[in-house]
Amino acid sequence: MEESKVEWDLVIEPTQSLFVLNFRELWRYRDLLAMFVKRDFVSFYKQTILGPAWFFIQPIFTTLVFVFVFGNLAHMSTDGLPQFLFYLTGITAWNYFSDCITKTSNVFAANAGIFGKVYFPRLIMPLSIIVSNLVRFGVQMLLLLFTMLYFGLKGADFHITWALGLFPLLVSIMALLGLGLGLIITSLTTKYKDLTFLIAFGMQLLMYATTVIYPLSSAPERYKDIIALNPMTSIIEAFRFAFLGKGELTLWSICYSTFLTLICLIIGVLVFNRTERNFVDTI
Amino acid sequence: MSSAIQVENLSKIYQLGQFGTKTLSKDVERWWVTKVMGKEDPFLKIGEVNTRDSKSSQDWVYSLKDINFEIEQGDAVGIIGRNGAGKSTLLKILSRVTSPTTGRVNIKGRVASLLEVGTGFHPELTGRENIYLNGAILGMRKKEIDRTFDAIVDFSGVERYIDTPVKRYSSGMYVRLAFAVAAHLESEILIVDEVLAVGDADFQKKCLGKMGAISKGEGRTVLFVSHSMASIIALCRKSILLQNGSIAALGETGTIVNRYINLSGIGKSEYMEHEIILNQAYEWAKFKTIRTSGNSGITNSFSINEEIKIEIEYEVLRDNEIIHPSIHLLDNLGTTILATFNGTSANLNKDPFFSMPLSKGNYKSICSIPAFFLNDANYKVSCFLVPENASKMAIAKEILLFSVSETGEMRQEFHGGWVGLIRPRMAWMTSKL
Repeated sequence: MEESKVEWDLVIEPTQSLFVLNFRELWRYRDLLAMFVKRDFVSFYKQTILGPAWFFIQPIFTTLVFVFVFGNLAHMSTDGLPQFLFYLTGITAWNYFSDCITKTSNVFAANAGIFGKVYFPRLIMPLSIIVSNLVRFGVQMLLLLFTMLYFGLKGADFHITWALGLFPLLVSIMALLGLGLGLIITSLTTKYKDLTFLIAFGMQLLMYATTVIYPLSSAPERYKDIIALNPMTSIIEAFRFAFLGKGELTLWSICYSTFLTLICLIIGVLVFNRTERNFVDTI
Repeated sequence: MSSAIQVENLSKIYQLGQFGTKTLSKDVERWWVTKVMGKEDPFLKIGEVNTRDSKSSQDWVYSLKDINFEIEQGDAVGIIGRNGAGKSTLLKILSRVTSPTTGRVNIKGRVASLLEVGTGFHPELTGRENIYLNGAILGMRKKEIDRTFDAIVDFSGVERYIDTPVKRYSSGMYVRLAFAVAAHLESEILIVDEVLAVGDADFQKKCLGKMGAISKGEGRTVLFVSHSMASIIALCRKSILLQNGSIAALGETGTIVNRYINLSGIGKSEYMEHEIILNQAYEWAKFKTIRTSGNSGITNSFSINEEIKIEIEYEVLRDNEIIHPSIHLLDNLGTTILATFNGTSANLNKDPFFSMPLSKGNYKSICSIPAFFLNDANYKVSCFLVPENASKMAIAKEILLFSVSETGEMRQEFHGGWVGLIRPRMAWMTSKL
């Protein structure tokens, strides 16, 4: 009799509707997200001599190697842009996407210990990865801006364009596409680990299928459409167009990437939510 | 009183063995039957009761089966049972770490669960940073941690090292800090797995005290799993006894703990002639029955305050045979703790049959191990029938296995882990010099 009056705060059941995403709970745990980001940041450079400088070293050296191999040895086109600037722009944007996808695709395996011992909305963990990487991306953007300033003062031929206004959209697409794909992969790998092997070298290959080391304009006509199918291509192209003034940006390509990102994100969150409830038993 | 937790028909099945290609085909089959054909899950039906020691042919077992109970607000409830009885699974479901296979749980109030001390501690971060991180993981808002920060540091007693990375902490300090954070969670329901097994005795006492205060003083609901009956008795008014994934008993802690102690958990308490595996036989004397018994008859689970009788019945097969029944007491790992026989100078009683030539027939020798002598542990017994010239004898090695459990009677003052193969009451006296 009295029981019917009781309002339960929490009901635990075997299955839950696929489309329940508890935003209120996510919001309540926002402090935890901040703590994870802080942890990632602080633990990254603790007990290193160079400290946060490591954020710069990786893109600088990758760019130098690209300049040497693709620019000087292979003489690949950079659309008339200074090679260093061309590669650095591509690498900075690509790294963010790539970090987001590789780190989120490992979220269940890497956090099995903590997930197995305490409950919090699991989505906090991949979200914190996206935000941590965003901080890192921000720092690397500073490097890009300084490089642009240096080449600008030297009188190199490039200019920023109106597309700079799209910057927030581009960053969101990179983050959410990485997140969506990462969530799908991590959910699929809790029971069968096959996909984890794919992601390691898959990201390497995907980079060559994206216009990081060559401009879309120099790609052979018959491969162009295939390369453009890759949603990251239009993002990198738009990114380069915004900052350096060279790159192919069309309304259609941006809409295409946005649409694909939303699809991936929705699927990713759904399968993640479903996997999250029982993955402790199988991982 | 309204209920804080209501558990209805809760079950959980687990998949055994390795996951591989075969698992995939079964997964597909399961998906096909349940989702496409709309029938009942075939693996749910064949799921077996989870008994660890019997070999199973099925890949699926019930870790919990049809659990029903209700806990009222402000109650402290202990959950006891052997390893594998389903205690941890139950806590995991209640803490939402994993979800049930069938059934449901209704919870009123905020739940904080402590299945492990220091979950998410990062070795590179300082004590201060880890308090915030761990607090946030356990569900505290930053404001709440700010408010309780001083109390946490004070309780942990590591104030001097609060800005040192925790990787430089001793393991004791680490545990202190971690428990301190958990102890200051502000939730209506607290779920605690066996976390008091760590840390020194002093700190364990402090933890128990804090948990007592949480349940009794602050009126919060506490669920507590422990193997230490002493802690359960000290903390919980009610208890739930789990056995093979089902509730075997539920009620007042005293009754339930006794029930648990009397549960014959480990093998048999009595072995008949044909069940006794001999390591060596003696042609003129043979074992008939070997058993352990206590206050309530034949059993192999004893309380620490109970006299343990080891009974050997044997048959002498020719006249004028002199037999010395003898036993070895071993610990769980097989180390011999003591050896004893009925020799007059080694006997508290006087055995009229000692060293007497026996006529043909059956005899029974009983060796009594006094109460308050053994520790809270498992023990094994080897039995011997040694004739006058000890060159040949009947030997049944490690034939009996029995357990001794805590009742709380020797635990008024000390609640920590009690080391030692035996735990006799000793004579102590202090005087001022």
